[in-house]
Order: sequence, then structure tokens, then C-alpha cells
Amino acid sequence: MSLKEKLVSSFMAFEDTVDVHSSVHDIRTEAIKTFEAEGFPSKRQEDWKYTSLNSILKHDYSVFPKHDNDIEFKDVKKYFIHDIDAYKIIFIDGKYASHLSQTTHDGLDVCLMSAALTKPKYKVIIDNYFNKIAKKDGLSSLNTAFSMEGAYINIPKNKVVEKPIQIIHFSTGNEAAVMLQPRNLIVVNENSHVQIIERHQSLTDNPVLTNSVTEIFANKRAIVDYYKIQNDRQTASLIDNTFINQKQESLAKVHTFSFGGKLIRNNLEFYQNGERIDSTMKGITIIGDKQHVDHNTLVHHIEPNCESHQDYKGIFDDSSTGVFNGKVVVEKLAQKTNAFQANNNILISDKASINTKPQLEIFADDVKCSHGCTIGQLDESAMFYLRSRGIPEKEARALLMFAFSNNVLDSVKIPEIKNRITKIIANKLGVNIGFDL
Amino acid sequence: MLKINNLHASIEDKAILKGINLEVKAGEVHAIMGPNGSGKSTLASVIAGKEEYEVTEGNILLEGDDIDELAAEERAHKGVFLSFQYPIEIPGVSVTNFIKTAINETRKAKGLGDMPAKDMLKMIREKSELLEIDRKFLSRSLNQGFSGGEKKRNEIFQMAMLEPKLAILDETDSGLDIDALRIVANGVNKLKSKDNAVIVITHYQRLLDYIVPDFVHVLLDGKIVKSGGKELAHELEAKGYDWIKEEVNA
Repeated sequence: MSLKEKLVSSFMAFEDTVDVHSSVHDIRTEAIKTFEAEGFPSKRQEDWKYTSLNSILKHDYSVFPKHDNDIEFKDVKKYFIHDIDAYKIIFIDGKYASHLSQTTHDGLDVCLMSAALTKPKYKVIIDNYFNKIAKKDGLSSLNTAFSMEGAYINIPKNKVVEKPIQIIHFSTGNEAAVMLQPRNLIVVNENSHVQIIERHQSLTDNPVLTNSVTEIFANKRAIVDYYKIQNDRQTASLIDNTFINQKQESLAKVHTFSFGGKLIRNNLEFYQNGERIDSTMKGITIIGDKQHVDHNTLVHHIEPNCESHQDYKGIFDDSSTGVFNGKVVVEKLAQKTNAFQANNNILISDKASINTKPQLEIFADDVKCSHGCTIGQLDESAMFYLRSRGIPEKEARALLMFAFSNNVLDSVKIPEIKNRITKIIANKLGVNIGFDL
Repeated sequence: MLKINNLHASIEDKAILKGINLEVKAGEVHAIMGPNGSGKSTLASVIAGKEEYEVTEGNILLEGDDIDELAAEERAHKGVFLSFQYPIEIPGVSVTNFIKTAINETRKAKGLGDMPAKDMLKMIREKSELLEIDRKFLSRSLNQGFSGGEKKRNEIFQMAMLEPKLAILDETDSGLDIDALRIVANGVNKLKSKDNAVIVITHYQRLLDYIVPDFVHVLLDGKIVKSGGKELAHELEAKGYDWIKEEVNA
């Protein structure tokens, strides 16, 4: 039985066991039909031309992994940004791990999707926001059909949430292979500010496939800072589908740091429903071996006087492959749009490759849209300069690679995240030097 | 300190150095002069270990050890320093971070731990004062947007920090106004000792008024064709190189 058949056939049984709002039942039933019709994407689809899921779909994934909370904080501490005070919503094999978490209902809701999907007091929010901006394609629909657990965050008006919120999905691989469908819903109301850190981490070398969907609503003048740290084992793959709906004068920033994992596909979509909105998406990708990272972004400029900024840096070694597909749509109404996009890449090895494709669809006539992509190698004269000062080849390379990508870190507002990313990069490049920010 | 025997080097099969012999002892300053294209910068790069050049004959001994097979960083660890004619701009790496990394990697190669931060700061302060370098300058990206004078002062600052045994200054005077020249020369003179040596590569005699050489060598078509004392530099300044070419051809 193929993975698709297995998922479709297990849906009915699953649906009978869950007790969600009736409206959610309807959405899920609709979603499994969409998945059944569309299935997993194939390379024949334009958006998936350079990313094949074949190698990761062949495993016999357990769709409902067994509950296992036998993990202590000390074993997984290193995956937390543990040197800051933070709310924590932690899952193990798709189940909530209360002993690792710190949630709240005190003036804001930082809690669980399972509660929001079942408890009457959340029904209004769910009816207003759940599955409203998630794409109705095969993968997101699959997640919707099985959506049960994840983070539910609701920030009321005029609230600056000082503590960042960490969402970590661990997988133990106690069974042979697991497929996870985390679902996050984040609603940030007028004038509020929230910072979120998301990570997916497997704890063994059994294959893991995570198909995650996150819906984010940034209402009027809200500020959302979102950090994705992707540094998983090379047996784990991640399809991250993140959809952001912005209202007027809101500011949403997503930083994606991709260093680990076997295959990562980031579908990141911004919809600007209001004026004077700012959307920023930045990323650093440093991979090697046979890793594959695909950034597929969309910014939909719908109303006038808005901005978007994209800056993705990629460094590819060994036989790794990268994809950057950045689409910017400017509707006829969206005059005075400023849209910037940059994608710069370095190929370290002859076998590494990157496919980069900017896609601009502009229907307004008074806009500023720029895009640029580069693919290059490390500058040999700079290498000699560094080495002539006593910096060995490996360290010199690392220093140049870090220098190439570090402007992406300028907009990271939490110093501990900056430090952590810097350390992960040094580790990834196999050097023990401080890059100093 | 440095002994070069019958050194031949080429790049992409084009012979540039055609039999250089040179001995530099500790405590000495040697000037290498010559017209454009005579091989001066190539000689500097070959000593520093630039991989594009292939040594086809002869060898380079540093304190008696053959360094031909050593990588650029290993030569640096042994005390070779090259002040670049055109220092490379490296956006994203600050001057301070660069020099810290260079010093600590050199210490690591010698089996030492990192220099304590306090000592590092003290040293940076002292040496930047010596070269009249503003503190703000040190947090800027390496050479990016630096003026010609700033780049060269930064080179000598690095030399001061790394305390090399053998410093090769490749056209350090080019692009310098007279004040910058004085600062750079003063820096080099302060760093000179009986234990280290300096090779000054230059077109002009100007720099040699400030950094006074013990020996002057004329490089022509990949060979040292004439050597003398500091008065040779004055003679070259007054008469150019043609008379030497004639002498060589005679």
C-alpha cells in the first residue's frame, strides 16, 4: 500500500476517535477529499520541478505514532534556546509533553491546538481563523485532515509579549519511521507583538517526515517575529507550510535557518490585506552531503503602499542541492509597492547545485520591484589573504562563508538566537572559531 | 633568516622568476627595486606561498628549513608576513575579528591556547596607536571602503600584531600621501629588531628615505642583476633602470 493509500484509508477510523468542533469535522472531511484527489506533488508540477519527494515517501511511516513521553529535559536541553526566559510548547511524536512545556492563559493564550479544536470557548476563534489561509493543495490538505496537535497562540490587543515562545516538535523514532502533521495557529491582535522560535528535531536515526502547517494572522499594527531553526538529523525531512495573513500597518518577519535535515521544503506565503504592511523573509542555508533545501516563497501585494523584503543566502557543498523560487505578485490596486528580492549563493563543490528562479507578476504600474540572484564561488584571492595571515584553509573558508551570509543575522532581534545560529554555523563548517557579531 | 637559492617560478607555464639568489640575515633591511613586470610582486607571493605560482627550480629556506611545500598559513605560522600591494576587501569580517582569528590560529599552530581577551585588547590598543588608527576603524569590515592609506596602515597594523620574523612589504608606498607614508614607515621602523628582517619591494626610492635599507637589489626580468648599499637606490632614482639594462646586456 502506498503512503497515500495508507493515509486515506486510515482517515475514517481516525476521524471517529476525535472529538473536535463539528465545523472542524467538515473541514477535515473536505481536506481528505482534496488530498485523495491531488495526492503528493510530483516533479511534473512547476512548483516542484526541482524537488522530488519520491525518496522520502517510500518509507513505511507510522501515521499515528505511539505516545512516549519518556524524555527528560536534560536529554534535549541543547535543542532549546535555554539561556532565555521563554514560553515553551513542546511535543514528542506529535503528543503534548507537559513536563517540558511552559504554557499560559494569563492574559494571553499560549497553549495547545488540541484544546482549541475541541473546547467550546475557542470555537469562535477556530471558526474565524482555522484553515482560512492555508493553501488547499495536497500537502496542506493532508495536514488539515489530520490536524490535531500543535501550538495555539492567541495574543489579545495591545500586548507586547516579552518572553519569546518556543515551539519544538521532537520525534523519538521508537517505531521504525514516523510521519507527523503538526498544526499551528497564531493570532496576533491589534498593536501586539510576539516572537516565536520553531524547531523540529528527531532524536534517533529512524526516518521522520514532518508535514507542518502554520497559519499566522497579524492584525492591525501587529508585529510578528518568527524564527525557524532547521538543523535536524539527515534522516529527517520537513515540509513546512507557513501562511501569513497581514492587516494594515502590520509587520511580519520570518527568518529561516536551514542547516540540517535530508530534505526541506519551505512553502512560505504572505498575503497583504491592508495598507502600509511590511513583510520580510530572510534565510541562511548551509548544507552539504546529499542534503536538499527548497525555499518556495510568495508575497501577494493586494493593497497600496506596502513593502516586502526577501534576502536568502545559500552555501552548498558536496552533492547538496538548493532551490529558491520566489514569487511576488503585485495586484493592480497595489500601487506604490516596494518589493525587493535577493538570492545569493555560493557553490563550494563541483557537484553541488542551486536552481534559483525569481517570478514577478506585476499588474500595477507605479511600483518599485527589484530582484537579483547570484551564484558564485569563494574568492581565491581573499582565501590567500586570510591564509597568509596564518588562518588555515578550513577556517579561512568558514570565515568567508560566514561573512557572505551574516548580514541576514542583522535583523535577528534576540541575541541568544544570533549566538546559537553562529555556533550552529561554526559547527556545521567544522571549525572552532568565534565569528563575532 | 631567509635564503633563496636559484629560484625559478612560473604561472600558467610562463616563467617569471629565472634564478633568484638572495640571502637576508636577521636584523637586516633589504630593498628590492625594479621596473614594472620584472617579477618583484611574484617573488613576494612565492615566498608567502601563493598556490598559483609553481616553483620549477631552486628553493627557499627559512631559518634553514625548506618551506617550498608549506601552505601559506604554515609559512605565516613560521613568521612570514606579506603586506599586500592590493589588500583584499572582505565584507562581513571586521578588522578586529580578522586579527584575533589570525593570532589565535597562529597560537593554535604552536600548541598555545587563545590569547586572553584582556591581553588581546591591550595589544590592539597599543598597535593601533602606533599606526594612528582610530578605534572605530577596527570594527569596520576588512578593507571595505578603506582609502589607499587606510589599507596600507591596516596592513602594517596586522604586521605589528602578528610580530613576524620576516616581513615583506610589497609596494607599501603606492597610494600613500606623505603623512601616511611617514606613519607607515615609522610603524615599520619601530617593529624592526635584531631578530627580524624586512624586505621592502618598491618602485621608488621615496620610501627608502624613511625605511633605510642595508642592501638594495635590482630585479630585472626575473633575476637580481645588481646589488649594492642604500646609495644604489639614489642612483636608480636619478638615472632610471636603462643603464643597468645596458650593463647587463653588455
